[in-house]
Amino acid sequence: MSAQKDRWVSSLVFLLFCASSIPRSGSVGLQQEPSPQHYFSGLEAGRASLAFFTPTVSPGAQPFLEQIESSAEALQDYGISVVKVNCPKEDVSRYCGKENALRKAFLFRGNRLIREFPTDSLFDVNSIVANVLFALLFNEVKYIETLADLENIENLLKGKSNMVFAYVPATGTAEHRAVMEAAFVYGTIHQFVLTTEAALLKATSPDDPDVSSAWLLFCHCQQATDPAQPCRRTALGQPLTLLNIHRHLKLMGAPLVTEVAEDPEKVSTVHLQLGLPLVFILSQKETYEADRRTAEFVAWQLLGKAGVALLSRDLVDLNVLHRSNVALKTPDEGMPIQYLVLEDTDEVITLVEDKNKVRQIQEDEQQEEEEEEDEDEKENNNQDIQDDQVVEAVSRDKKRELPLEQVLVLTEENFHSSLLEAARTVVLFYASWEAVSLAVLRSYSEVASHLKGTPGLLLSRVNCWDWPGLCSQENVTQFPTIRIYKEGQQSVTYDGMWGTEELSSFILLSRVSCPLKLATMDEAEGYLRGEFPSELSSHHHTSLLGVFSTTTNEAREAFEEAGNILSGHVRMGMYFEDDALALSRKYSVSPPALLLARSGGRSVEGIALSKHSVQDMVQMIRYELLDIFPEITVPNLPQYLQLRKPFLILFSAGDISQMESKEMLMLAKGGAQKAFVACWLNLKKTPVGHGILRKYFSTTPSLPVLLWVNLHAGGQVFKFPPEQSITEMNVLSWLERLQAGLEIPSSTLSEEDWKPPLPAYDFLQMMEPSVPELSPNTSPHPGDTPVPHPAKSPGGDTAGGDTATREEPSQESTAEEVGSPGRDLRGTAPRLAARDKQGKRHIEL
Amino acid sequence: LGLALYAGSLCAVSGATFLYHDYCVIGAGPAGLQAAYFLQQAGRDYVVFERSHAPGSFFALYPRHRKLISINKQYTGKSNSEFNLRHDWNSLLSHDRRLLFRHYSHDFFPSADTMVRYLEDFASLLKLRVQYNVAIIHVTLEKNEQAWNGHYFLLTDQDRKNYKCSSLLVAAGMWVPNVVNFPGSEYVEGYETVSINPEDFAGQTVLILGRGNSAFETAENILGVTNFIHMVSRSRVRLSWATHYVGDLRAINNGLLDTYQLKSLDGLLEGDLEDLAIIKDKKGKLHITLRFYLENRNVSAGIDSITLPQDELDNFATRAPYDRVIRCLGWKFDFSIYNRSLRMMPGKGNIKKYPQIKPSYESRGTRGLFILGTASHSVDFRKSAGGFIHGFRYTTRAVHRLLENRHHGVPWPATVYPITQLTNSIIKRVNEASGLYQMFGVLADIILLRENATAFEYLEEYPIGVLAELEMQTGRKAQNGLFVIIMEYGRNFSGADKDVFYYNRAVGEAQHAWQSNFLHPVIYYYKHLPTEREMKLRPPDWPLPRPDAIHHIVEDFLTDWTAPNAHILPLRRFLENCLSTDLRNFFAESCFLFAFTHQKLPPFCQQGYLRMQGLVGSQELRHHAVQAGLLQDYTHTDFSGDRPPDSHDGSQEQLMRDHAIPVRPLQHLVNAKDE
Repeated sequence: MSAQKDRWVSSLVFLLFCASSIPRSGSVGLQQEPSPQHYFSGLEAGRASLAFFTPTVSPGAQPFLEQIESSAEALQDYGISVVKVNCPKEDVSRYCGKENALRKAFLFRGNRLIREFPTDSLFDVNSIVANVLFALLFNEVKYIETLADLENIENLLKGKSNMVFAYVPATGTAEHRAVMEAAFVYGTIHQFVLTTEAALLKATSPDDPDVSSAWLLFCHCQQATDPAQPCRRTALGQPLTLLNIHRHLKLMGAPLVTEVAEDPEKVSTVHLQLGLPLVFILSQKETYEADRRTAEFVAWQLLGKAGVALLSRDLVDLNVLHRSNVALKTPDEGMPIQYLVLEDTDEVITLVEDKNKVRQIQEDEQQEEEEEEDEDEKENNNQDIQDDQVVEAVSRDKKRELPLEQVLVLTEENFHSSLLEAARTVVLFYASWEAVSLAVLRSYSEVASHLKGTPGLLLSRVNCWDWPGLCSQENVTQFPTIRIYKEGQQSVTYDGMWGTEELSSFILLSRVSCPLKLATMDEAEGYLRGEFPSELSSHHHTSLLGVFSTTTNEAREAFEEAGNILSGHVRMGMYFEDDALALSRKYSVSPPALLLARSGGRSVEGIALSKHSVQDMVQMIRYELLDIFPEITVPNLPQYLQLRKPFLILFSAGDISQMESKEMLMLAKGGAQKAFVACWLNLKKTPVGHGILRKYFSTTPSLPVLLWVNLHAGGQVFKFPPEQSITEMNVLSWLERLQAGLEIPSSTLSEEDWKPPLPAYDFLQMMEPSVPELSPNTSPHPGDTPVPHPAKSPGGDTAGGDTATREEPSQESTAEEVGSPGRDLRGTAPRLAARDKQGKRHIEL
Repeated sequence: LGLALYAGSLCAVSGATFLYHDYCVIGAGPAGLQAAYFLQQAGRDYVVFERSHAPGSFFALYPRHRKLISINKQYTGKSNSEFNLRHDWNSLLSHDRRLLFRHYSHDFFPSADTMVRYLEDFASLLKLRVQYNVAIIHVTLEKNEQAWNGHYFLLTDQDRKNYKCSSLLVAAGMWVPNVVNFPGSEYVEGYETVSINPEDFAGQTVLILGRGNSAFETAENILGVTNFIHMVSRSRVRLSWATHYVGDLRAINNGLLDTYQLKSLDGLLEGDLEDLAIIKDKKGKLHITLRFYLENRNVSAGIDSITLPQDELDNFATRAPYDRVIRCLGWKFDFSIYNRSLRMMPGKGNIKKYPQIKPSYESRGTRGLFILGTASHSVDFRKSAGGFIHGFRYTTRAVHRLLENRHHGVPWPATVYPITQLTNSIIKRVNEASGLYQMFGVLADIILLRENATAFEYLEEYPIGVLAELEMQTGRKAQNGLFVIIMEYGRNFSGADKDVFYYNRAVGEAQHAWQSNFLHPVIYYYKHLPTEREMKLRPPDWPLPRPDAIHHIVEDFLTDWTAPNAHILPLRRFLENCLSTDLRNFFAESCFLFAFTHQKLPPFCQQGYLRMQGLVGSQELRHHAVQAGLLQDYTHTDFSGDRPPDSHDGSQEQLMRDHAIPVRPLQHLVNAKDE
């Protein structure tokens, strides 16, 4: 039986939606039976049929027959056949014989008579269907007449099943039929209770009900356990039609709160299918319990109007505001999910219930406008929210005490004396209120612990907010600034990346003079191997050795000057002893020359020095230090960007394979070397590369992926065909096609200017109403200036506005303000407006 | 050396011998010495003339009761020397840290003797060139086309010695007592000479004319021993804590207000002194009557025939006879020594005691003549601190800078910064600058934008009254727009009749900052330098004409404007919107991403990261930024690609714009509902 019901449920749904559209021949409806014998013999057990017996011609029953014929179709849906049995003239059996019986219709289940209906109760299709089903569903639908009956049933059902209570003004009506039809489907799931007593309607309906209209309540008795409490009720807010009841019951049957752990765009629940919105309560692990309760509360409020789902943000990566706590998905196709920041459950409910709003949203034209408005509003609300990553990060970190024991605090008093204490003093000039300074201070404290115990080195700091005189005396105009003071020498200002590693390395390298004068051939060789001087042996830098003959003074001086500039960044030595010629000859160059020892002296490259200007030499050294096929990292990218060439960059999930490395190196070294920067990026080491790929292609492509990025001209990004293997040949021919314009870029770098992320407070506009003399017209007409009207009763108004935002103003202050026009007009409107913002931040105690 | 120098500048013009100097300063009071300090620092040829044998002769006599009402705050909890000057109203500006007033006195309200000692030290320690015992008794002009200003100033001292200067700085102060003449004013004692020994007033009834600090100071001194004191002046009492003007009645002197309001016999009256008359009876008692009665009587008749007001109005307020009447009406500028050709005119209305000057402190009548010090207060009378040491030490410096530019081609000092330092440079100044703070509404910091707004010049403490002449006065260019940073009290907050303690007087939220009442920084943005005409047509009571945009940094209880969200963030948004650029800071990683995904980079990345000075940031910081949703963490990205892709452009920026505050649980609301 239950399986059958289930089938009915689905068939009903199907029928409900397509019944009207499927053409059916009338013949299906009314069966004609030649004789009672024939009819009774054909009755199947358990199958219901409505039969009426008619003499061959019976003019009086004609209108009734028409109705019954048209109801046949409806009853057919419930497996009830409607049969017109022709009574032969001679038949005087129970149904045909009596004149009486001919005015009735008989309902059989199998061959058992269930009910006989007088034809006047079957006045139309609705009444026929309603009455027939009412009779058939005698057990499923309880008819009651008193409130006590209702309470009895309710109490009986508590903890067992739910109840559907319906009031219909009269039986045989369309509403009655709808209830019965619903009961036919849901009767085994829920207990249906029907009444026609207006008193019962009044007892169950919240406000003065209209007794002429039907009313349906869903009573959640299954979960109710407290015998003293009535079951929770959810009224059907719409007219009683089968479709509405069906929807209502379907909704009541859906879980109160759906837990969701996937992209809300993909979520579909019965609510959405039934054309109702779905409200997501965005939850976090920390607040799950509270959010769950909230969701349930909201769900009860919205039961029948919208669905509620609990979306766990921890499981789903949402690309939305972190403070959004509610999302609204409407059933309309293609409507984006709205993410909202609501403060009150009432807002959620209004959001759904405000039908006008929903309607507006559905209207396309207005929708756009409103969205814009909403966005504007949202933006305004976000103005006072920090969107500077550095400032925010620093302020989130401010409670942590920094390990600064290794860093000496310098003041105006001890600054100069402290500089004398160590051979080298590193000074960080910063301002304690400034975010970038504080970010650097954090790295600096790490440097201090790295370099702890390094002889002759003192790390210190000066807070320029405390000692502005000292900072200006030291010519520090920007924060942060790091200087290295050496005894008797000019201080060196650090100009590298503000990172722990870079700064540590700079400080360490700065300990050795730059360039370092090498005295013997042995020292020079040891220097190239990275063994000399011992302070730097632990550091694996490319070593640069300038070799000069005694006659090349000019080049040597330029080299020394370049050394000063590059001090701390480059390991530079110079050799100008008599046997310099021998040294240079070993590397097949003649002085003045540069020897470049990469990776611990395993390969030494000789370069002739032809340019003697300091600037050129610095430029050249910097250039020579660049790798041929570098791995691009966050710290080293700027060096390669300065070449202002397009990048041929291989994104790799980890280290690149030997093969790729070899091919790429060949490419880099090849003739095209000057035209582009060949490099690669290790996504493991530089995970932000994922962000780049995601920007170029909306998904991460299969790796490794080789790209041509025109960073400086046009910004096109081309992707090397993934089906081809990365070989020098393939890449070169691809590059040729690319240059010839035969390839289509996969992406183009955004050309957008960096505009202000959010608008500022427009104080000028805010001031205008209260300061009329400010308006651009030099002669403001008092009548023209839109002075806000409420200003005329300033006392009361200000008080009203302020009660919400601030401390309650005393009577005196209110009265005072009335007495002194001039001040009182100030900003009443903005203060009133401020009420909305209340709770965002409390500055006043 | 000094003698040689003077001898060298001796010159003979038409028979008379003149000692020539580029700059002559009249008066070695605080302003004169302050001017001398700057001239000396700049290596200028100057001399200071002081009629007394020592500096600060006014302070040797005044205030009579020797208590200065300029605060000398020992402790502020801060070591910032610039900031501390905000609460040190007595020190002059110098590089010498010994010359801070707190080293001279521990009193919050120090003695005037200390000031004299301080000024002596200031002159001697800094080796300022002051000629003592030289009283300039006449100043005239000598036309000369070669001269800086088209004329020389010829000064004559009491010994008929002549001096010649190209520029004349008058720091002679205000030392001529204000006197009112009415019948019987001969019975009035002056503040200058009145006894300061309270015992001399024992059991006496005293009338004090005037209602300034000197009047109240005098009353305060004798309050305990007199029968009662009455105080008469034309205008109502102005309390400095209501007017926010330090020249009005300070709380330290207001004992008489207490005894008046508590009906302890003392009293305050309003009346025009010009209408008064005083007659002395036979017992030597002084009676108040009206000039009107005197005019109608027979001159020859005796004293008894004079009508007293109480004869007609028997409850006339000042019907009780007085033992003494004391005049405490302040001082005025000594106009007498200037030749008519200098057109040294008194101001109009309530500034008639001051000479007329322009907002650049230059005399309206004579080019090249600047008024310094308390006599220059007409510029900001009853508004700011220009009449007091803690104000005019800055305006004197401003005048010096104007002169350096005008005569020596030294442009107004300015520091050039990259645009990324814009917010910082403003925050630094509004938090520590003392000149802006003391000379609120008068001196302003000016930011001159360079082309394309990639850099800017920062000029400190320029007199905004001459903003329109900025290019000419400073030698700097203002072609690309400018910011003007000043400090302001709320409009309509200050005034003698204002309640400054009303509820909600303080604004706390940045979005209502424009309604701030207490002193707070205000930034005006102009796309073009305002013209003279615009300056003239500015709204009344406005220091500046309507700007293209304005920003108020919300007033702060601690006057500490470094809060990241309430102070710095709104300021940054304002600056960003004026310049139409993004002034946020970014970690190197973000710049790296932008470098690969944008053709243009935000200024912070351009001026930092691209120049290999990116902000790497510590692990913790980057973690915090990720937590805040302002930085994306890619370390845990998987390659399965089932994550929703960032489909639309700018999603990264969007992310960075967004910000996390923890999702607010709605639970408390639920609970409330259930009840």
